[in-house]
Amino acid sequence: MSLEFSADAQKKIAALCERYTVSGGKKPVVMAALHLAQKEFGHLSDDALRLVAATLDLPYAHVYGVATFYTMYRRDPSGKTTIRMCTNISCMMRGGYEVLAAFEQKLGVKKGGTTSDKKFTLVEEECIAACANAPCAVVGTKYFLDITTDQVGKIIAELEAHPSPESEVV
Amino acid sequence: MPTEIGTKLVSARFGNEEAKTLAGYEKAGGYSALRKALAMRPEDITNEVKLSNLRGRGGAGFSTGTKWGFVPKDAKQVHLVCNADESEPGTCKDRELIYWDPHLLIEGMIMSAHALKAVHNYIYIRGEMMREYAVLAKAVEEAYARGYLGKNILGTGLEVQLTVHRGAGAYICGEETALLNSLEGLRGQPRLKPPFPAVKGLFGNPTIVNNVETLMNVPFIIDKGGAWFNGLGTGRSGGTRMVCVSGHVNKPGVFELPMGITFNQIINDVCGGVWKGNKVKAVIPGGVSMPPLDADELDVPCEFDALQTDERIKNVMVRPGQQFDLGGGRALKTMAGSGGIVVMDHTSNIPKYVWRIMKFFAHESCGQCTPCREGTGWLEKVAKRVADGNGKSTDLELLSSIAHGIAGNTICALGDAAAWPMLGFLTKFRGDFEAAIAKAQTKGEAA
Repeated sequence: MSLEFSADAQKKIAALCERYTVSGGKKPVVMAALHLAQKEFGHLSDDALRLVAATLDLPYAHVYGVATFYTMYRRDPSGKTTIRMCTNISCMMRGGYEVLAAFEQKLGVKKGGTTSDKKFTLVEEECIAACANAPCAVVGTKYFLDITTDQVGKIIAELEAHPSPESEVV
Repeated sequence: MPTEIGTKLVSARFGNEEAKTLAGYEKAGGYSALRKALAMRPEDITNEVKLSNLRGRGGAGFSTGTKWGFVPKDAKQVHLVCNADESEPGTCKDRELIYWDPHLLIEGMIMSAHALKAVHNYIYIRGEMMREYAVLAKAVEEAYARGYLGKNILGTGLEVQLTVHRGAGAYICGEETALLNSLEGLRGQPRLKPPFPAVKGLFGNPTIVNNVETLMNVPFIIDKGGAWFNGLGTGRSGGTRMVCVSGHVNKPGVFELPMGITFNQIINDVCGGVWKGNKVKAVIPGGVSMPPLDADELDVPCEFDALQTDERIKNVMVRPGQQFDLGGGRALKTMAGSGGIVVMDHTSNIPKYVWRIMKFFAHESCGQCTPCREGTGWLEKVAKRVADGNGKSTDLELLSSIAHGIAGNTICALGDAAAWPMLGFLTKFRGDFEAAIAKAQTKGEAA
């Protein structure tokens, strides 16, 4: 099945290409195009990578290489909302692993997993630059700061009522 | 999070929701120094920045004006790139700076672009900073609409373009040549230097890569003069310093502080002391890439030169009796890095914390150089078994030799960033590791 970008995404990609004309090509737009493809198709299937390659006149292998280097590009479907829970040093020192365990328990998935209702994906994240409010999580454009294990249920309920998909900012 | 200590420049508008908008920023006097800058000759701006002794706030602490001076005079196309890929564990200042004062960054970039005669300029923002990307994208749009950016800015005939480029999750892209590769649409793997980006950078053109906080200081230098800015600092380091304090203190936070403040003052006077009435055991002075300080080394100022040379700081050792050689016999103490200060109290399980730091580097190694790709993985594995109480009597020597084998043997500094804290913690907290291993052996004998 071949895929196509929406008119809006095509417009965005064309506008971005104008921003990098000094490079002499469209290659610098590959990251933005992958973000857009992920937004439109949910994840980066082989077909989505082929579409990005064709749109930017790039070899498929190049697009594949970029898509698999960066951790935020997903090759598999994920939940509507991704919870990125930091466990790096500052968060670890103030209970980050305990909060991650509480998320795993409340959502019924292990880190890296997606709930069966496809509402949530839980990711163990590296430092998200909110160390002064550790432990912390980033969920799309929302931050949850100074999290304690007993707040986890409330956070999930809030995100269930108001999902915060990462694709919102693309 | 303002404190009462010292002058506030880049953090002055923290907490002010209105200042994030163009109208609010202009109302607070924003973009007025820009007109002054655009009336200056580019070389005069660079000279003012040299005079200010502004030093890079991203990690290396290199003189900003000197760096700008490396751009070849006959360059046809120059680029200015803002490194907003903040991801050094313990560091959380650039994210706050972008969120609260995006136009200050844009104004600083326009001035700096004018100094460098750079037309096509980019902000590389970390992929996970989705809220800040939205704030910045909106601010750039506002600045274009108002004529601060574009083909003929403020009617001066100058062209300054600015594009926000979003990353997608890779610590390594904070390394400037990896960042440039990522901007070019490649995997974020560092390039060999030389050539340095100031000579051959983005799209093969001379490129200056500066940190967010560094660029945000430029409007103050233009407005009040390089000498005034230098006067705020310690002589060789001008201005103020954003520090991020996390870990076991009563009041963690992001603070703009005088350049010469000591670690003890930061912990006790700014952050309300160590939590639970505990004592300090270790302090990471500038992000996890930097060797730690112990409790006896905290009267040293949190400043670039002091952390590299102060005699009160012990030298990092490869193993007892063998000093680590930075090259030419130079000893390694530590560095001011990115301003991320992590305070560990006396109850801290140092081997466990060190394992977490090594896990991070093993995860983030780009895989290009064998010593780093393989070595960081081994550091994590061996540190893990020591931390878990399964260490062997030969493990400390093994950790030392792996770290020493990585340091200095890779294309970029990520290898050193893993090796230095490993050796630093082993130097200053060897007893903690030995105790963990002794415990494992007792356990083994009992079984």
